[in-house]
Amino acid sequence: MADTHSVIGTKNKKGQTFTDTWKMMNEAPRTPSFYTGSEVIKEALRRASCDVMIAYPITPQSEAAALIGELFAEGYIGDYFRGESEFAVMSQCAGAAFGGARVFTTTAGPGTMRAMENFPMWSGARLPIQMIVTCRGINSPLSIQPDTLEISYLLNTGMLVWHAETAQDFFDWILKGYMVSEEPDVHLPLALCCDGFFVTHTKDVVNLTPADMCLPPYDPYRSPVPCMDMECPPVRMMRDPFVMKSNYISYATHASWQQEVWAAVERSRKHTIRWINGLIETENADAEVLIVASGTAVSQGREAIRLLEDEGIRCGLVKIKVLRPWPGEEIREATKNAKHIIVPEFNVTGWLAKEIRATIPNSERVNAGPRVCGGMTMPPEIIVSEIKNLLGMRTMSLAGRGS
Amino acid sequence: MGICLPNPGEAHINGVIVPEEKAYEEAAKQFLMAKVPTLFPGPLVLWAWNEKAAKKATAIRHLYNTLKECVQPGQTPMLIPMPDYRPKYPKINPEVEINPNHPNLTIWHNKIDCCMFIGVHCHQANLSLKIIRGGTSCYTIAMCAQAGHEDAMLSFRDASVEKIMKLADAVKRLKGSVKPRLTSAKHGA
Repeated sequence: MADTHSVIGTKNKKGQTFTDTWKMMNEAPRTPSFYTGSEVIKEALRRASCDVMIAYPITPQSEAAALIGELFAEGYIGDYFRGESEFAVMSQCAGAAFGGARVFTTTAGPGTMRAMENFPMWSGARLPIQMIVTCRGINSPLSIQPDTLEISYLLNTGMLVWHAETAQDFFDWILKGYMVSEEPDVHLPLALCCDGFFVTHTKDVVNLTPADMCLPPYDPYRSPVPCMDMECPPVRMMRDPFVMKSNYISYATHASWQQEVWAAVERSRKHTIRWINGLIETENADAEVLIVASGTAVSQGREAIRLLEDEGIRCGLVKIKVLRPWPGEEIREATKNAKHIIVPEFNVTGWLAKEIRATIPNSERVNAGPRVCGGMTMPPEIIVSEIKNLLGMRTMSLAGRGS
Repeated sequence: MGICLPNPGEAHINGVIVPEEKAYEEAAKQFLMAKVPTLFPGPLVLWAWNEKAAKKATAIRHLYNTLKECVQPGQTPMLIPMPDYRPKYPKINPEVEINPNHPNLTIWHNKIDCCMFIGVHCHQANLSLKIIRGGTSCYTIAMCAQAGHEDAMLSFRDASVEKIMKLADAVKRLKGSVKPRLTSAKHGA
């Protein structure tokens, strides 16, 4: 609606060229670089034309938050500060996004849980904030180790939820995530999750886009809700009277509001498929045995498949990239021929297996495990052992098996 | 929820993606059939906050005038603004405005059986369209400046002055060829 002029081809104050995102991500030359996941977050943010980043230290995202502080000092981020707690950070993110800024933050584990009240508020207010979640244990006794249980709490907040396997996923999805999140028919926050330490603290070769190219800035005039101003503060949308009244129209408004948030999650499907080439990826999906996983459990699954191949056992793989919107159709199609569906997970409850069981016919095919938690690693051998047990083959007993 | 919205150059009618040209015809027909065809302009076109908004407002006025010229006796085109999204519970004046949180009041009060949203922020539009759809039998059209609305029965996308004028042209073209409904919208679902 606004009279905006395209900034594509012009330069920002750091001399970076605002570049068409599709060209930047798909056509620009890439430079292989050997970085930790945290450093990759920094490099993605360098190119993200981010207006505001708000930080609070909690392992294992602290390094990324600190590195983005360096970016601010270098002049790549519009504003940067530390909040008083994760709850404060997420509230401050909302304020910045209400004001029309492109906002970024990072959190993990108990930080995610502490801030939880804000996430449905972000969705309800249609704020396209991007939050990196470097998953870790949330339980008592205190654990800082990798564990994906916190993702399950995010699934019903109305946020988009993506689960990166590698640092390369991370780099690409941070930048592409803004493109999906900021579409006016979506305009929702994105929780971009990874498995803490496994991705954040290990080095990997990541192909980076040129550092002198950056995303076009966020255009708040495309927002589906009015930007905050003193004439029409958005908080007025949510205060008394309709919030507090017990009558049909009050309920109808709330119901419509919630439906609209979840419709926006659904509408993100089209854009997400275009930007990250599908909500899932498959390899040998015609195999009778399939590993279906998300995050670094996918990497462990790949290794298990290689070990099984050495023994002449053919096994396929479904990598779930996006958890919200849930790729139900894709999973039904990918698993239609599978007799055994193995779901390895880094959490105690097996939330991904439950989601898959609720999605496919003949759900007894789903084997909810192996599962590890509390920071345990998942050697590919335990996935191999699980599969061989299912196939009625004798295996050596292994400690640490879930389910 | 969850229909696929149209791509540029397309529109949707009852959730079916169609070429935009077909939607102009259908929208014009619905206007000419209705007893109370109504335009609901929102804040994005009610104030001249940029040149494009002012031009759109002029085009909407032209569409309204076209409707008045093309309808038959007994049909009453209306232009009712949706200026403010803040709730004004328990009372709005449905004579002069539509409140996005209580759109059914305006629809019921004026017996509106066909309406078009334009210049309404997408979230508020979808919210109102859902309530209208759930509580009235009004035919809803959205002339959306962004990606379109699945909650309208017919939706354009990428609204522009040209598209509004094209819709007015379609109304003019179909003048006299569409039989108006004899009754207005029912008050309930």
